[in-house]
Amino acid sequence: MNAAEAQTVATEEQIRADLADLRDPEIPILTLDDLGIIRWVRATEDGVTVGVAPTYTGCPATEVIEASVLERLRQRGYPNPATERVLAPPWTTDWISETGRAKLKDYGIAPPAASGSKRALFGAPAVTVRCPRCDSGKTTRVSEFGSTPCKASYKCDDCLEPFEYFKCI
Amino acid sequence: MTEATNNEQLFEYVVRIADNALVTGQRLGEWVGHGPELEEDLALANFALDYIGQARALYTYAGEIEGAGRSEDDLAFLRDSHEFRNVLLVEQPNGDFAQTIARQFLFEAYYLRLLDALASSNDERLAAIAARAVKEIRYHLRHTRQWVIRLGDGTGESQRRMQDAIDRLWQYTGEMCTADDIDSWAAESGIGPVPESLRDDWNAFVDDALSEATLARPGNEWMASGGKEGRHTEHHGYLLAEMQFLQRAYPNSTW
Repeated sequence: MNAAEAQTVATEEQIRADLADLRDPEIPILTLDDLGIIRWVRATEDGVTVGVAPTYTGCPATEVIEASVLERLRQRGYPNPATERVLAPPWTTDWISETGRAKLKDYGIAPPAASGSKRALFGAPAVTVRCPRCDSGKTTRVSEFGSTPCKASYKCDDCLEPFEYFKCI
Repeated sequence: MTEATNNEQLFEYVVRIADNALVTGQRLGEWVGHGPELEEDLALANFALDYIGQARALYTYAGEIEGAGRSEDDLAFLRDSHEFRNVLLVEQPNGDFAQTIARQFLFEAYYLRLLDALASSNDERLAAIAARAVKEIRYHLRHTRQWVIRLGDGTGESQRRMQDAIDRLWQYTGEMCTADDIDSWAAESGIGPVPESLRDDWNAFVDDALSEATLARPGNEWMASGGKEGRHTEHHGYLLAEMQFLQRAYPNSTW
């Protein structure tokens, strides 16, 4: 990048567009946009900082995601690229986009079935988790936990397919 | 009060919460590959991951408060037992599955309430970490409470084991909701709750689960303490020996 270009401050839209195809390393069908974890973009003459919300505090993907954002910003020649971990407000599955939910279902992961409110989390109203393959509502929870912190294990009582459910938080 | 002493107290307060999280995470990690069934192996590993994540966020913050350049790793791996401030309950050995579940249940019944209160702390960073963690611990506690009931109200054998576990750990439950100088400082500064204010709710929650599980609430009133001052049970040293071995034997090694 030459000096003249470096002095132009990139717009947030440009930067977001440059990050648009970055994916979650554990559920690569989802982009960071689908997950709703790019919270803000700050661009000044001094540099570009992107605020990234971790999904779960201990999620090992967080560092990989931050590294991928930094690498992309560097590749595109942004000055002083940096990321900042945004803890407040805490990430919720409510931030997963409609596109993201559709992609999850296509991928074989049942998308979150309710809002991540306290009520839903305590299981007060029983939510119906639909089988991502045959759409049946007759499913059984095998375990509240799965292969990553964000998923629970289910099976479909109709088509008998075992599947994962992206739990509400 | 000078800012320097405030920082010392805040450091101490944050390290306590971090130490509880790290020691719990280390204990739960010991279960990986040894769970009674695959689903529980995954559950305990997930719990451990949440706790270690919380510990990392808190140690990083503590290091910044202290301003002496100590990183999360320095605080986790290069302090000795007497410098750890976790409550005695969390360092107790895993024992059988019932004892691990009982320990998690008794601790999380407190920890959830603490985090709930910290989420409205006037310390913004602590509030943000707590607001994130409270969602995770709420999920854990729902799971551990279910297991207390399933084992308590299960077979004769599972009930005996769960009752034994509750009886054995009971003496370590008093420390959590008993304030010392640091807790009182935090409460007066609007940083944390008065620990005693969490006790009624803790009691009600625990009693409710014990009664549903057909378990007896232990009668002993004598409570062990010392964890917050760094006086630990002998199990703590063994836990650190395993956790810190690599950094102690090969300082600054990374991979």
